[in-house]
Amino acid sequence: MFKKTVILIAAVFALAATDGYAAELYGTLKKIKDSGQIAMGHREASVPFAYMGPDGKPVGYTVELCYRVIDRIKKTLKMPNLKVKLVPVTSQTRIPLLANGTIDIECGSTTNNLTRSKQIDYLAVTFITGTKLGVKKGSGIKEIEDLDGKAVALSLGTTNEKAIKRIAKAKGLKIKYHMVKDHPQGWLALDTGRVDAYATDHSLLAGLITSSKDPSKYEIVGRFLSYDPYSIMIRRDDSAMRLLGNSVLADLMRSGEILKIYDKWFTKKIPGKPSVELPLSPTLKVAFEVQALPY
Amino acid sequence: MAMKYNWDWSILLCRSPEADPTGAVEPGTPGSGATEFGGGMGQTFDTGAECAQPYFDWIVSGLSWTVIVACAAWVITFSLGSVIGVSRTVENKTVRAIATAYVEMFRNVPLLLQMFIWFFVVPELLPEDAGRWLKRELPLPEYWTAIVCLGMYHASRTAEQVRAGIESIPRGQTHAGLAMGLTRTQVYRHVLLPVSYRIIIPPLTSDFMGIFKNSSVALTIGVMELTAQSRQIAEYTFNIFEVFTAATVLYMMVTLIVVTIMRFVEAKVRIPGTIALGGD
Repeated sequence: MFKKTVILIAAVFALAATDGYAAELYGTLKKIKDSGQIAMGHREASVPFAYMGPDGKPVGYTVELCYRVIDRIKKTLKMPNLKVKLVPVTSQTRIPLLANGTIDIECGSTTNNLTRSKQIDYLAVTFITGTKLGVKKGSGIKEIEDLDGKAVALSLGTTNEKAIKRIAKAKGLKIKYHMVKDHPQGWLALDTGRVDAYATDHSLLAGLITSSKDPSKYEIVGRFLSYDPYSIMIRRDDSAMRLLGNSVLADLMRSGEILKIYDKWFTKKIPGKPSVELPLSPTLKVAFEVQALPY
Repeated sequence: MAMKYNWDWSILLCRSPEADPTGAVEPGTPGSGATEFGGGMGQTFDTGAECAQPYFDWIVSGLSWTVIVACAAWVITFSLGSVIGVSRTVENKTVRAIATAYVEMFRNVPLLLQMFIWFFVVPELLPEDAGRWLKRELPLPEYWTAIVCLGMYHASRTAEQVRAGIESIPRGQTHAGLAMGLTRTQVYRHVLLPVSYRIIIPPLTSDFMGIFKNSSVALTIGVMELTAQSRQIAEYTFNIFEVFTAATVLYMMVTLIVVTIMRFVEAKVRIPGTIALGGD
């Protein structure tokens, strides 16, 4: 009799537990639970954030952070065998694919800003950069003001483009713009002398220079012309998913583990590429500390 | 799963930028904040306004560049294509070989690659001064490059249509013309070309439409045509579905106008009784 009662009580508790739990699930977590898989969107050439490693799988700083989030999802949903579907995305496809549910999380080098937040949501800031100018050594260009009467390549639709155009307008600089489709083309325009500077994120310029034929020919100049915090993207109106993701990131920031992950991708030789040599900036260090929210 | 998306068609009608409500200071002013970025504080490159940029004007500008690039390219296509097409049918073997080589070369290399070669490789092959002029002194180099590239690519296709048109005319007509004492040039001028151009109006129409659609490839070298501007707006606002829907409708409208004009031309110039011009 006693044994039966125990089993019955246990069963009721178990039922109540699963019931309550199932009722809590919604949005992305529910979709993952129902479909048995999570679709991770990743960039293919954003070194060292998300790019294709030598074995053909996406690797990088943001990708590693995403896998940490996915590990937590596996634990929370009790799905140790959760399948991770890898979906390559570009800057044009990332929003629609996230909005229509093709991907559940985007791991790359996406700037976190308020305009974009009307369509999607972000996890905590994991990297901070800004616009700088990549030029050939000996060009005499030191700051954006020196670009007056010169030509600059801008990547179509980027925050860098907005920053440069806005400053040029405010200061009345006559700059000739050459719009490019992606970073390699911007670099090619600089390399072939079509433009005098390529304006893009500082971190990307560092990557472009280290992987160029002759890194000693180029330099990064000027002050930061914009403030570009990067974040992992998730779907909007999904507090449960955001809480889960931000808890993972806060844990990494609180424990200091994120510093090790940062060093691994930004200061050492990385899979298939040379090191990008970008030590942790004081601003990002403070950002990690501030975002290490307590429980 | 329902799509998580904030539809906002109104951005398509944004004209002049609204006043900046964010109170941003000049971006990148050193010392305006605690960090090396001049502070996230006080610094922004975009306003918080719904209409931060004149998106409507961007679409109009994109559409006009699409039309300008396509029409200018079509002038090259039609004239060069006619010359090459006729050359492929003449007696002279050298002329024929050159024309054939042109067609095969331009027809068999992907347009995207050609665009890239014209823009990045050709200036490097030229003497330094000429290359520099192309890259730096020529105003709007990407637009000229796109026009030449599109024009020459489509000329290879038009040439084939012109040749097919000429060859579809029974040989007897050429012989009859020559027997009447016309020179070969006169045979082309008065017998072959007037008929063959009428025959090939339908394929020329689809090729003309093709130029409009292919002009979007020019965005890869920096031409701010309709697709490029749409991408731009999509990146600025993230209202990607609205923008590309608008672009789709505009492309369809442009090509429908082309079809209508060409139908009109076809009806205007038709020779009564010729079978190739339709059955009615």
